[in-house]
Amino acid sequence: MKLSGADILIRCLQEQGVDTVFGYPGGCVLDIYDAIYRDGKLCHILTAHEQGAAHAADGYARATGKTGVCIATSGPGATNLVTGIATAYMDSVPLVAITGNVTVSNLGRDSFQEVDIAGITMPITKHNYIVKDVNKLADTIREAFYIANSGRKGPVLIDIPKNLQTETAEYEETPCRAYTPKPVAKESLTDAVKAIRSAKRPLIIVGGGAISSNASENVRALAKKIQAPVSSTLMGLGAFPSSDAQFLGLVGMHGTDASAKAFLRADTVIVCGMRFSDRVAGDRAKFRDRKTIVQFDIDAAEIDKNVKSDVSVMADLNEILKTLLPLLDQADRADWLKEVNAYKEYEKNTAELPAAQKIIAAAKNFADESNPVATDVGQHQMWAAQYYPFEKPRTFISSGGLGTMGFGMGAAIGACVGTGKKTILVTGDGSFHMNLNELCTAVTYGLPLVLLLADNNTLGMVRQWQTLFYGKRYSQTTLDRKTDYVKLAEAFGAKGFVLDKPENAETVLAKAFAESGPVLVDCKIGIDDKVLPMIAPGKSFDSIITKI
Amino acid sequence: MKKYIITALVANKSGVLTRISGLFARRGFNIDSLCVCATEDESLSRMTIVLNGDDYILSQMTKQMDKLIDVKKIAIAKEEESVLRELLLIKVAAPAEKRSEIIEIKDVYKAKIVDLSPESLVLEITGDTNKLDGFIGVLKPYGILEMARTGVTALARGDKKLKDLLDYNEMI
Repeated sequence: MKLSGADILIRCLQEQGVDTVFGYPGGCVLDIYDAIYRDGKLCHILTAHEQGAAHAADGYARATGKTGVCIATSGPGATNLVTGIATAYMDSVPLVAITGNVTVSNLGRDSFQEVDIAGITMPITKHNYIVKDVNKLADTIREAFYIANSGRKGPVLIDIPKNLQTETAEYEETPCRAYTPKPVAKESLTDAVKAIRSAKRPLIIVGGGAISSNASENVRALAKKIQAPVSSTLMGLGAFPSSDAQFLGLVGMHGTDASAKAFLRADTVIVCGMRFSDRVAGDRAKFRDRKTIVQFDIDAAEIDKNVKSDVSVMADLNEILKTLLPLLDQADRADWLKEVNAYKEYEKNTAELPAAQKIIAAAKNFADESNPVATDVGQHQMWAAQYYPFEKPRTFISSGGLGTMGFGMGAAIGACVGTGKKTILVTGDGSFHMNLNELCTAVTYGLPLVLLLADNNTLGMVRQWQTLFYGKRYSQTTLDRKTDYVKLAEAFGAKGFVLDKPENAETVLAKAFAESGPVLVDCKIGIDDKVLPMIAPGKSFDSIITKI
Repeated sequence: MKKYIITALVANKSGVLTRISGLFARRGFNIDSLCVCATEDESLSRMTIVLNGDDYILSQMTKQMDKLIDVKKIAIAKEEESVLRELLLIKVAAPAEKRSEIIEIKDVYKAKIVDLSPESLVLEITGDTNKLDGFIGVLKPYGILEMARTGVTALARGDKKLKDLLDYNEMI
């Protein structure tokens, strides 16, 4: 049947099982929006800004495991997506961004709202397209979804010039090509099995790959079988239940003391879908001191990129574990587990906790383990990562690689829409001011969002670095905003509460969580609260700072 | 620093070269030359890249390239297992009194005269990089007016074909 390009796009989204998109209309996507209107079946979430749409599609994808979709017009609409696309790229989130552009005949003439978005997004997408022939549109969209969601997942952008949206082509419904990771042969695991068997003190580190490959169950089975403690990167949080006795918590720059100590003592580190980011590895050269590194990753380029491994397997993590588990015998490493448990106990008894910990711990009492927790970027993000007890994959929604302040509002909206569950956003006064416009989106759609705003009147993480490394010269980090958050929330049509003392967290949060729509809690905390422990950038695990 | 030769089959469409050169720029890979040409299959172009680097850069460069959707096949060409050729066009100052000397040199190197004017000659020569470097060295004293080199292009010796390799994106 002959359909217009815009209608083909809608049909192809439906082929891919897309029921929700995030976007913002404009001149060069008018025909797409007309098709959305006429179709009437697609749930379109209108954000306040295209950046919010990109983060929402990203949050939706992280929380559901499905591919997120966002739509924006040409020019500024498209460039507003850029930060969102880059965020998704750094954290390997499957995203398809659709942009309109000027007609093919106007391309390259600096037309109104024309921008070379394919050129701009080349380094931050897995792949991108400018479609110039309507007959190729359907297959391009299908391929884009396959690429976004296969191997190491990531964003793909499709730029569709305006004339293609109205030109017609033959359309035939085609079933979605699902991605099935390749199985792993026993033979490719010989060295890994040998290394794991001969380990005396193995440590497993889970990364975001464990979540994208849905390997949580098997990572846990591995930990039980080889009796190894488990640390997690920021992106891996939720892949391993924090209530499990073998879990040591976060590893890296703001990782737990227990993780650092276990790491230093470990003779074998089994790395599951982690890319040795500088925030985790610190001193790259020292990372592998007196250790055997066993690396499992689907991305060949991540093998030996930042830290050289002794044994590596390039494949989907879950497939690796499926083949690996039967090859391993049940181990008994009681002494090792006892040792790391002592590290955990010591830390529990000695750590000085910031005020935010009380608030975050209280929030957990009003949520169950399947409620998503999104964050912005900064101290509050680290506190959420350190103190919220994540039990399930896809519940911690945070910008790890790019560290995008302003990510939280959009991401929380996406996670909330995707899961249909009450969603917590832990944010800071710096991050919140970047994209607070999206509060109106949450209100319009009546989304059950609880915003916990860590209000310390400063860009806390930068201040922390200025305190430690810049002689307390607080250049441009003291905010001194006069924002009344309760009034602001109310002006948008949301509810607002003030939590003046962390001791009152239970009472105030009880009121906040009882709300059915978006609610903001202005949580006053001290300007000099620190995120600890900390390993200074580029330093090794033995230089961990636990007290200042 | 060592020289490595990488050959790749890439999609023959616009933007592919930008994608690849952009990757080199942002990851800090320095290349000596890049030669792109048509192949027997019109959907594919062939690239031969001479990289100046170490084993780490070689490994990163091939793996990062392999991940690109438009890079279909990629291999490292070992010198002893490959035919490597480059074409050089060189314009040399050749006043009448020097011309016969230059022609003698040309004969030794099996080069060709492709253009002749009263004061200069354009010579064409094909060979591996060392041969071309040698040729340029010998001509230098006569005055090189300008030159153009294609950069190395390579094919594996024997029955092996780049096309028969697996594509990374099909392996995962």
